[in-house]
Amino acid sequence: MDSTLLNLLDLLAPEAVALNFPATSAEAVIRHLAAALFKGGYVRETFAEAALEREARLPTGLRLSGEIHAAIPHTDIEHVIRPAVGLATLPTPVVFQNMIDPTDAVPVRLVFLLALEQPKSQVEMLQQVATILQNPQVVSELVAAQTLEEVRRVLAQVVPTQS
Amino acid sequence: MSKPKVVLVACGTAIATSTVVAHAIEEEMKKRGINITTRQCKATEVPSLAADADLIVTTTPLPSNLGKPVIQTLAFLTGIGKEEVLRQIEEILKQ
Repeated sequence: MDSTLLNLLDLLAPEAVALNFPATSAEAVIRHLAAALFKGGYVRETFAEAALEREARLPTGLRLSGEIHAAIPHTDIEHVIRPAVGLATLPTPVVFQNMIDPTDAVPVRLVFLLALEQPKSQVEMLQQVATILQNPQVVSELVAAQTLEEVRRVLAQVVPTQS
Repeated sequence: MSKPKVVLVACGTAIATSTVVAHAIEEEMKKRGINITTRQCKATEVPSLAADADLIVTTTPLPSNLGKPVIQTLAFLTGIGKEEVLRQIEEILKQ
């Protein structure tokens, strides 16, 4: 399969979707999603530690234009077996430091954990994540989703229908 | 056609964020008729690659004194201030 055609819906790993996840720290969210991706065979055992180490050094919190903020933790490709996206929505925000200003503590309620392989092969999915982040309405709907089916319906708004 | 301007796009791992940013800048500059090529790199690689660049766009903090114009922005991820950043990029690349 040509991985350039993979979009966000293709790459969302159902086993790594944690809705209303009761986390108290960014680390807990990353560990939970990374463990699910490992169990699903998407990433190596080293992925969780690598993602945490990278988050500490180069944080991924993003202040968005609406009231809900997000983070996109990820790490180097060597820890990934096949690309996948994990998703967590949080009833209570956890702090991720701001990507552009690591001294800024961002309260985050939406987390996309990205397991990426070749730099250019997931352009489409990454663009779709950015499209979501730029749309406060879609972000709210995503955080309000109660089932995987609802999540997929919200994501379908930004993923062009399959040709 | 004139020689394309080189935009160096930096982020933490050179995989995710800079891919989005590079793609967005390429599309927007094409619309404006500005001929560019983008190169992605890790923030730590910028000092060694800056010499060949006309502009550096980064989503993470960079060392200062790179000798090239630097735009630090999350606009291509969050959408906040995107038009203003595009205007700045266009201005620098038209010089």
